[in-house]
Amino acid sequence: MVKSCKASLDPSVCEMLEKARNTGVETVWDRYEAMLPQCGFGETGLCCRHCLQGPCRIDPFGGEPSKGICGATADVFVARGLDRAIAAGAAGHSGHARHLAHTLKKTAEGLARDYTIKDRGKLRAVAERHGIPVENRSDDEIALDLAQAALSDFNEKETPVTWAANILTEKRVKVLSEQGLLPKGIDYEIADIMHRTLYGTDADPMTLIQAGLRTAMADLAGSYIGTDISDILFGTPQPVVTEANLGVLKADAVNVAVHGHNPVLSDVIVGVAQEMAAEARAAGASGINVVGICCTGNEVMMRHGIPACTHSVSQEMALITGAVDAVVVDYQCIMPSLATVAECMGTKLITTTDVARIPGAIHINFREETAGENAREIIRIAIENFVRRQGTPVNIPARKSRVVAGFSVEAIVNALAKLNPEDPLQVLIDQFVSGNIRGVCLFAGCNNVKVPQDQNFVAVARRLLKENVLVVATGCGAGALMRHDFMDPSKVDELCGDGLKAVLTAIGEANGLGGPLPPTLHMGSCVDNSRAVALTVAIADRLGVDIDKLPVVASAAEAVSEKAVAIGSYAVAVGIPTHVGVMMPVVGGPEVTRVLTDKVRDMTGGYFIVETDPDAAAEKLLAAIDERRAGLGLRVPGGARR
Amino acid sequence: MNTERKEIFVRYERCVGCHSCELACAVSHTANRNLAGALLRGERPQKYLWVEQFDGVKTPSVCRQCEDAPCVVACPTGAMHRRADGINICNIQECIGCWMCALACPFGAIGRGEGKALKCDRECLNEEGIPACVGACPTDALVYLTVEEFQALRRREAAASVIR
Repeated sequence: MVKSCKASLDPSVCEMLEKARNTGVETVWDRYEAMLPQCGFGETGLCCRHCLQGPCRIDPFGGEPSKGICGATADVFVARGLDRAIAAGAAGHSGHARHLAHTLKKTAEGLARDYTIKDRGKLRAVAERHGIPVENRSDDEIALDLAQAALSDFNEKETPVTWAANILTEKRVKVLSEQGLLPKGIDYEIADIMHRTLYGTDADPMTLIQAGLRTAMADLAGSYIGTDISDILFGTPQPVVTEANLGVLKADAVNVAVHGHNPVLSDVIVGVAQEMAAEARAAGASGINVVGICCTGNEVMMRHGIPACTHSVSQEMALITGAVDAVVVDYQCIMPSLATVAECMGTKLITTTDVARIPGAIHINFREETAGENAREIIRIAIENFVRRQGTPVNIPARKSRVVAGFSVEAIVNALAKLNPEDPLQVLIDQFVSGNIRGVCLFAGCNNVKVPQDQNFVAVARRLLKENVLVVATGCGAGALMRHDFMDPSKVDELCGDGLKAVLTAIGEANGLGGPLPPTLHMGSCVDNSRAVALTVAIADRLGVDIDKLPVVASAAEAVSEKAVAIGSYAVAVGIPTHVGVMMPVVGGPEVTRVLTDKVRDMTGGYFIVETDPDAAAEKLLAAIDERRAGLGLRVPGGARR
Repeated sequence: MNTERKEIFVRYERCVGCHSCELACAVSHTANRNLAGALLRGERPQKYLWVEQFDGVKTPSVCRQCEDAPCVVACPTGAMHRRADGINICNIQECIGCWMCALACPFGAIGRGEGKALKCDRECLNEEGIPACVGACPTDALVYLTVEEFQALRRREAAASVIR
């Protein structure tokens, strides 16, 4: 029987949640219930703890107190809070990027023998974009320069961050420069936020917002570095067929779930798992089954077709099956509660980085120099656990969805080139003009416990696909859509409007797939939102217009992480209308709310759409698309110029 | 006498001064009973209870809904009246803003809204029949019980503290 529940739209999650409740294992939904009601001052961003005179709370309805003890207004409170969230998000993405830059450097220096340059073409393309000579130079020489260039983008320089200034349309760089939104250095901007949000520093909501958007651009730079170097070291994704949901776990195999964000460890684990299959068989297992959770899962799915187990808010549910032998985590979005769930369910939780230690976990200090060795040690722990769990029943919900993933920009352009080898992007542009593609929507971000899991993603995407909007997805937004069959090409008929159906079919058939592309194109992990920016920039450049003229929108329908705040903010900074499907802790500041949802258009052309009702959100996204179609002189469905 | 009637009782020792009750009270008097929605629509509801501090002790004070209410007795126009269910409320149409109710109230539970008396009306109950302020209290400093239930609770707490 298909289970349903209030917690999630995913029947597999509901089935495991019932098991968790029956066995008394506490989950994220239990902790959320216990947390209710949540504090309204925090919800609206009107609680400030930036100094030791606080905490201060401002009456959201305009009564007293109307200012903090220091005199800061509601708008200052929320702008400072927003800035710190963006800075934290940028620190996360750029910490990830720095990790990759160091790995590339060590690889080039011959210090990390488990890594190689997998995509020499991309190494050269990225190097050339950043003015690094490639003629008559070895991979290692180029890679070393590139790693240095990436690392030097972290500190303040005379020139702006190159991964911000070199990746956008010329017009966008000019806009950002004029508005003071080009970052000087990634770390510099994060530190600048910490400075200006310090007690008694910046008290102007507008300069606070400006600094926030500039730091969000630093976040884009970090993300872009992350994607570039991951592709260089591990290969640029190409379409790959795989599966998603808890049904990808195998009762008779050693199940290793890789969770977190970074491919530096997980990519090595995928390789080592194949080498060690015989060892697993000798222990009585059918093999080693590596599965993904969250964005580490997306990284290895995109490049190796590793199936996805589950995502974001349901991460504990993977362990509730009792079938996961080891969950190996790097950093970000890893609930500390996994330690307890792992202990209850007989799973080994293995932490691998110093920035993300969890009491109760086994810690294996992962280093690039000893990557293979570390990965083998991890797999051995999983095999031992498999032996120990024999005789213990497991419950694996059978459901799984077919997924076609791997749509890097390079893969998309390759696919389009089959229809027009000279000018691949013209294929998309023709379809925009004809109206077969009404616009593009990027789904990004997390699953938030406040929303029944996947509900907003599924509702908004369903509506937009019917309206012929081309849907691309990253992160746990991609995870939500893949677990509901939105990446299964056989669902195009059911999900897509006629125009979009025709386009996806034509591209699929030209590429010898014997059918359409999937309804939703999986572009990767959350750092890979950079790919969505790159695709948008390529289309804008081809048309000779700036990003803020394109019928391109984004939706973080169930956002959680401060990284999602940073991503949403850089989407707005590059000129994209961006939906957020949960309340942001800025609504307590009336002027800041007005700026972010409206006035910021005058600065960047982008703006936030805060809408918790998914049906209303879909309408607003369509309206934003149509407004831009009209601006480009393109036909708007229904004929109305908005 | 209605012994089933519940009152909002305060356990002062549990109040952390978070003001969540005040906020929940105000939100319960908005169109959709939703904080963010009310803010985005520009609604400006008022709260009908107050958290203050006296000698380092945080003290939520809420209308006692007195059974023989001084505010009702003092009102010259009959605006302040006792509803059939025993809840004392103000009929805004008849209120002349003379503030006799505020003068008479021993608890300071009368608020001012556009020249008229505003006070706790208990029109804030959730689907379980719990007042918004009580439902919002994260530490159970506010409880919604009959006098008998509350006294029993206090006796248990006192006994527990002696035994421990």
